Amino acid sequence: MSAHSEALRSPHESRRASRRQPLDIVWLATVLLAGFGALALFSERMDVYEIAILAGSALSLAALGWYWSGVRGLTLAVAVLSALALWRYGVHFGDQLSVGRDALAAAQGKDFFLKFLVSSQSAIMWMSALYVGATFTYFLALFARSEYIGRIASALVWSATALGFTGLMARWRESYLINVDYGHIPVSNLYEVFILFSVITALIYLFYEGRYRTRNLGGFVMLVISAAVAFLLWYTFDRGANQIQPLVPALNSYWMKIHVPANFIGYGAFALAAMVGIAYLIKHKLGGDGENDRLPKLAVLDDLMYKSIALGFGFFTVATILGAMWAAEAWGGYWSWDPKETWALIVWLNYAAWLHLRLTKGWRGTPMAWWAVIGLFVTTFAFLGVNMFLSGLHSYGTL
Amino acid sequence: MTRRSNPGRPSEIPQMHTSHARPSRPLMAFLGSMNLAITLLVAVALASVIGTVLQQNQAYGDYLMKFGPYWFDVFRMLGLYDVYSAPWFLAILGFLVVSTSACVIRNTPNMLREMHDYRLQTQEKSLRGMHEHAEWKVPMSVEAAAIEGRRLLREEGFELREKRVDEGYLIAGSKGAVQRLGYIFTHVAIVIILIGGVLDSRIWLALKEASGQLRVETRAAPLSQVPSESHVAVDNPSFRGNVNVPEGERSSVLFLNVRDGYVVQNLPFAIEVKDFRIEHYDNGMPKSYESDLVIHDPDRADHPVAQTIAVNKPMIYNGYAIYQASFGDGGSRLHMRAWQLRGQYGVAQEVTGAVFQDLPFTLGGERYTVELNDFRLFNINPAPGEDGKVEQKNFGPSMVFRVRDAAGQAREYENYMSPVVMEGRPVFISGVREKIGAPMSYLYIPADRDGSLDTFMAYYARLHDAERVRSAVEAMLREVNPEAAKLPAAIEAIQAMVGRFADGGYDAVGSDLEQRVPQEQIQQAFETSVRVLQSVLGRMFVELLEERGVTGLGESDERFLADTVAAINALALYGSPIYLHMTSFEQIQASGLQITKSPGKAVVYFGSVLLTLGVFMLFYLNPRRAWVLVRKDEVGARLLLATTSHRKTIDMQQAASQLQQTLGERLTGGRRSAAAAARV
Ligand code: HEM
Repeated sequence: MSAHSEALRSPHESRRASRRQPLDIVWLATVLLAGFGALALFSERMDVYEIAILAGSALSLAALGWYWSGVRGLTLAVAVLSALALWRYGVHFGDQLSVGRDALAAAQGKDFFLKFLVSSQSAIMWMSALYVGATFTYFLALFARSEYIGRIASALVWSATALGFTGLMARWRESYLINVDYGHIPVSNLYEVFILFSVITALIYLFYEGRYRTRNLGGFVMLVISAAVAFLLWYTFDRGANQIQPLVPALNSYWMKIHVPANFIGYGAFALAAMVGIAYLIKHKLGGDGENDRLPKLAVLDDLMYKSIALGFGFFTVATILGAMWAAEAWGGYWSWDPKETWALIVWLNYAAWLHLRLTKGWRGTPMAWWAVIGLFVTTFAFLGVNMFLSGLHSYGTL
Repeated sequence: MTRRSNPGRPSEIPQMHTSHARPSRPLMAFLGSMNLAITLLVAVALASVIGTVLQQNQAYGDYLMKFGPYWFDVFRMLGLYDVYSAPWFLAILGFLVVSTSACVIRNTPNMLREMHDYRLQTQEKSLRGMHEHAEWKVPMSVEAAAIEGRRLLREEGFELREKRVDEGYLIAGSKGAVQRLGYIFTHVAIVIILIGGVLDSRIWLALKEASGQLRVETRAAPLSQVPSESHVAVDNPSFRGNVNVPEGERSSVLFLNVRDGYVVQNLPFAIEVKDFRIEHYDNGMPKSYESDLVIHDPDRADHPVAQTIAVNKPMIYNGYAIYQASFGDGGSRLHMRAWQLRGQYGVAQEVTGAVFQDLPFTLGGERYTVELNDFRLFNINPAPGEDGKVEQKNFGPSMVFRVRDAAGQAREYENYMSPVVMEGRPVFISGVREKIGAPMSYLYIPADRDGSLDTFMAYYARLHDAERVRSAVEAMLREVNPEAAKLPAAIEAIQAMVGRFADGGYDAVGSDLEQRVPQEQIQQAFETSVRVLQSVLGRMFVELLEERGVTGLGESDERFLADTVAAINALALYGSPIYLHMTSFEQIQASGLQITKSPGKAVVYFGSVLLTLGVFMLFYLNPRRAWVLVRKDEVGARLLLATTSHRKTIDMQQAASQLQQTLGERLTGGRRSAAAAARV
């Protein structure tokens, strides 16, 4: 039938592919056990919300891996690397709760594993290098039409993502090691969320890479991640933003644990849609679908754009709602028209309009691609610009 | 299959709005139209931008300064200082509600109908018209073929209905139809949320004000003097306001900011702040703000409710939510030493006052007032260390005050209590600004060996002591130029110069020269004068130290002198007749409470849940229909499969063709080249 068959696994195949094997059960069991283990170990230190969040995360991870086996390997890698980090810190500090910056820095300086792999800083440097490497590799694969190089590129992205998550995990632990009071999940400032953005965007991309069976969009998507990495490096070396700081009281809430990640699934998906949009526009300029194109069919790009924006819209909706609920608790009102809130609304309305045009007016192709690209600028402003140029209640992570 | 791949061209997806528009109701058609919807979505987005680029609800004075009288008025008319409650903005939002409702009203009925309608009445030729259809002739009975059809559709998760048609069956399947509920949820949720927003808006206040029952107070008057028509009764259904309550005191009102003023909201109970605490991290950053509250409610006077609130941990007291919003000073007592910088130089007297208190005084016949505005226990500022590297540092306690002269002119000052070590030298820091919002400029007065102002002040006084200056000048001249020492004119000239410097710094010296010396020689004359001046200043400093039993200038003393001279030079611009040095304090803090009553909150939250549900249903359920028409045929049975999907995404088309393929394989027993079965 359609020319898309090469591009997309049909429901039947995917059902066949996902006929349940023992491994699936093992996966479920492991994740749930790990979840319960964590509960058993730490529940007396957690309030009911944090317990709920832990349970929720475990279930979502279990579900995600159930439908997408790629996640399993990733989870395993992150678990092993994080365990390595914990172990090395354990070796140096025993069961001391916190040891201060200097002791921490000293350990990171002399311990081989920490210095070169699993301290948050080095893990994140690895992540950065690998993402940038993947960008080039994907484009190389695209021009050389080489499946093999493409596979290398994917491998690079997977490992970068694993190291990115490891970096966050290690950073989480390090915040406590510096000072128990400082301890917090690393999604609290621009530096930390840029890492989050990179790994989440990469994950969403990897999902569609598998779903659409094409690696030829990798270069485009990795461009936006490389940009994030560039910012991250500038922010680290020019502003020393990688230094772990304690939380301002307003951020010290369980809401942060769900609000921020939800937001970044949204941002990541929107960014992905925009990069696909760019690919679309380029291909369209070069004369659209041809016999032996490198890029997928325009219709496929268009479809991916829609899927990605839909995903983003869903999570962005949730994130904004969670944000409002948090605001109600921290600032005394679920909506204060504070610049960050307002820009979230603007982003949301923008994509709502996009979705309507596409779904109900049936618009397709170039205009929607342009709009998706512009959407990324709006989103970027909401995410960065507001902190840089506008003042408000959300004055965290200003540059 | 090609239809979707025409970039930019609308595809022939059924367009709910137009297709179901009832010509009899053009208004509905307009309100419910997609174009209007999209226009509104974009309009709200654009309008919202304004309020984020133009800071909202600032003091009108600031706006006036920023935009000038003309634009200030224009912007005020447009309501740009509080865009989000400007009539035109609310109008757009209202329009969005209407449009969304209209849209829901128009589409809901047939969406619900669609959900339960299996389209059994569909005709064979319209099935053939569908672009996803396939047909087979199979050597099997009509019943057998029908069974195959049913089996497949069931496996695919379709709900089935069927009817007999002549010589066969029409089997109709539908799947994912609840997605239509997603549409309804999503859009009803938007309406619900905005209604909730209205419930929490200030309509009630606006009405009271419009009907003249409420007057907005714009003066900064103490509560006792706020007239009753600026008080809002407790029956106000929804509000959000603030009040600062000093430790140990209570308040039964709060303040609602309205435009450039405020109104006083009465509460049915009094909130007492027993204690307010700030905890700090080891690096001085604030870690938590907490207040111990007691609610004194006349309705249950016997047992008042006590609770501790903190940021992110509000207290809910029957419908009123009480938040830790900010903190401030609650009238700390400050003990100060007031050094005169005019009149009796070097004389200091002890003063005691409390924050928010005014301290009038007279100096050299002039009347002044010191207005104590604030006390700050911690001041974390960037400071250059010994190595010149800037690091965050706690400057310790400071007080903020204004000095207002008889003409009403005032400058704002922030004086630090203890010396701060800067570039290795301890200095007393005093910030000064001419008007609010202007950046502070700083005066650094070197602290002496015992960390006090005494030496500096003594030296400053000395420079204003004609006798001492004269003798110093004479002594200096005798050394460097005995001849000149005999000329009273020379002595007086230098003495005058020292005087000028003591009062007006180098500028005064310079401008004096400009009057007396021809332009081309000024530069040179100035340099000579400064050299002479400095030797006098140095000598007088040595004398001072000797009087105090110090002999032989150390390097530190020379730095001290240099800093002192710099400070005196800066004093010319300081603008205050006294230097207030805080010597000790008793801090009293005030807790900044925000109190809200928000009846719409539950509504909004309900709407939000509905919205989330709806959006995910819309995206992740894909309504599909399939028909299998089986008819008797000369070879046995003719079997027609047709499918449609609401959302024409690639995977939907995938699914369709997959369905055809599977059915084909089944009917032909998997044998591709089945002579028996021919695909038509
Ligand atoms: C803030 C306001 C609105 C939001 C957030 C919103 C949100 C959405 C979303 C997320 C979808 C799903 C798009 C998709 O499945 O790809 C949708 C579909 C739709 N919206 Fe809205 N909408 C809003 C206002 C309106 C208005 C005012 C109308 C009336 C013209 C409208 C009519 C529709 C229609 C007809 C659909 C297609 C439903 C379907 O066939 O599946 N929406 N809307």
